[in-house]
Amino acid sequence: MSDRPDATTPVGEQAAAIAPDGQWPVWEVFTQSAQGAPHEHAGSLHATDAEHALQNARDVYARRGEVISLWVVPSAAITASSPGDAGPFFDPGADKAYRHPQFYKVPRGVRGL
Amino acid sequence: MSQARTQPQDDPAKVAAFEARIAAGESIEPKDWMPERYRRQLIRMMSQHAHSEIVGMLPEGNWITRAPSLRRKISLIAKVQDEAGHGLYIYCGTETLGVDRAELVQQLLDGTAKYSSIFNYPTLSWADMGVIGWFVDGAAIVNQTVLAKASYGPYARAMIRICKEENFHKRQGYEIVAVLANGTPAQKAMIQDAVNRWWWPSLMMFGPSDADSPNTAELIRWKVKRRTNDELRQRFVNLTVPQAAAVNLTLPDPELRYDADTENWHFGPIDWDEFNQVIRGNGPCNRERLEARRRAHDEGAWVREAASAYAAKQRAKQASEAA
Repeated sequence: MSDRPDATTPVGEQAAAIAPDGQWPVWEVFTQSAQGAPHEHAGSLHATDAEHALQNARDVYARRGEVISLWVVPSAAITASSPGDAGPFFDPGADKAYRHPQFYKVPRGVRGL
Repeated sequence: MSQARTQPQDDPAKVAAFEARIAAGESIEPKDWMPERYRRQLIRMMSQHAHSEIVGMLPEGNWITRAPSLRRKISLIAKVQDEAGHGLYIYCGTETLGVDRAELVQQLLDGTAKYSSIFNYPTLSWADMGVIGWFVDGAAIVNQTVLAKASYGPYARAMIRICKEENFHKRQGYEIVAVLANGTPAQKAMIQDAVNRWWWPSLMMFGPSDADSPNTAELIRWKVKRRTNDELRQRFVNLTVPQAAAVNLTLPDPELRYDADTENWHFGPIDWDEFNQVIRGNGPCNRERLEARRRAHDEGAWVREAASAYAAKQRAKQASEAA
C-alpha cells in the first residue's frame, strides 16, 4: 500500500522527530469519498504531528467537498508486502479454483444459484 | 542527459523482465525493480513538472488583488491554490523514487532546476488571466491526460487527480475570454492582444519538436510518455482553433489552415531560438520569478518554525501529562 521505498524508522520515532533541515515526517493520506465507500490512498504529505497532518490533508486532498472522512498514517507505520516475493507470497491463493463459484457444475435450467 | 541508456549496475535480464512488464501494460510501483535510467528520467520529468506548478502560481498570483469582481477573485484564488496542491501531489510522487523533497525545493530556489518556459512570460493585463486558463491550462490538460496513463503508478495517479481539477481552470479562463471578446472595443482589443502574446509560447510548452527531442523514443518505449511532443502540440492546436473562432478571436499565425487530408490544422514554424533562450534563463521574467519564489520561501519560514515549535510544545505537554 505504502508508496515509500524504505520505511525502516520506528513509527513513534519518525512521527515525533523533526529533522534539523526542517523536513517534517511523511504521512500517507487516505480519503473516503462517500458514506459506505472504502478509504482509499490519495497521496502523502509532510507534517509535524497527526493533527497537523489532518489539517494539511484537508487542504491538499479535500478542497472540493469530495471527501467525507480522512485518515493520516505515518508512512513508517505501514508494512507492505515486497514485490520481489509477490510470486511465492501470493501463490497459496493462485491454484484454488474451487474457491470460485465457476468451479462448480450445476444442472441446466436451475436458477438462483 | 546524454548518459548511457542503462546504468552498468542494471542486470540485462532484469531490464528485459521490466520491459516485458511495460509492454504488457503493467504499472510500475515504487518498490518494484526499475532501471536506474527509468528512475532518473522520472525524477527529472516529475520534479520539473512539480516546479512548474509552483512557479505557475506567480504570474496569476500577480492579478489576485486586481481581479475585476469578487466572482473573478474567488475563482483566481481557488485556481492558484489548486496549483500549489498540484505541486504537492507531484512532489510527493517524486519522493516515492527516493528523492528528498527539500533537495528539489532547494534546486528550484538555487535556479538550477528547470520548469515550464511559459511561466517566464509577463502577465500584462487582466485578459492574460483568461488566456492563461484557456491556453496554458488547456495545453497542460492535453499533456496530462496522456501522462495519466504513464507506466509509473504514483505519477499516473497524481495526473488523474490533477486533470479532474484542471477542467475548472480551463473553463474559468475561457469564460473570461468570451466575456471580454463580446465586450467593448477596448475589451476586445485587450483580449486579442493577450491571445497574440500567449499563442506561440503556449505551443512551445509541449517542448522541442520530435526531431530535437533525444529522450522521446526511450520515454515512449517505457510508456512514461504515450505521445510525442509534436503529436500533443497538434492535438492542442486542433482543439483550440475552433474555440478561438467561436468567440471571433484570431490566432497570430498567417499559415494556419485546415488540412483535409490529415484532418489537422497546419500551423507555421515555431521560433525555437526564443524557446531555447527562455529555457536557458533569458526569458522576460526568469529572474523575477525566482526572486518572487525565494522571497515567498523566506517569508514563510516563520510559519514553518511556528508549526515545528507548536508540535514540540504539544509533545512536551503530552509527555509531562503521561509522567
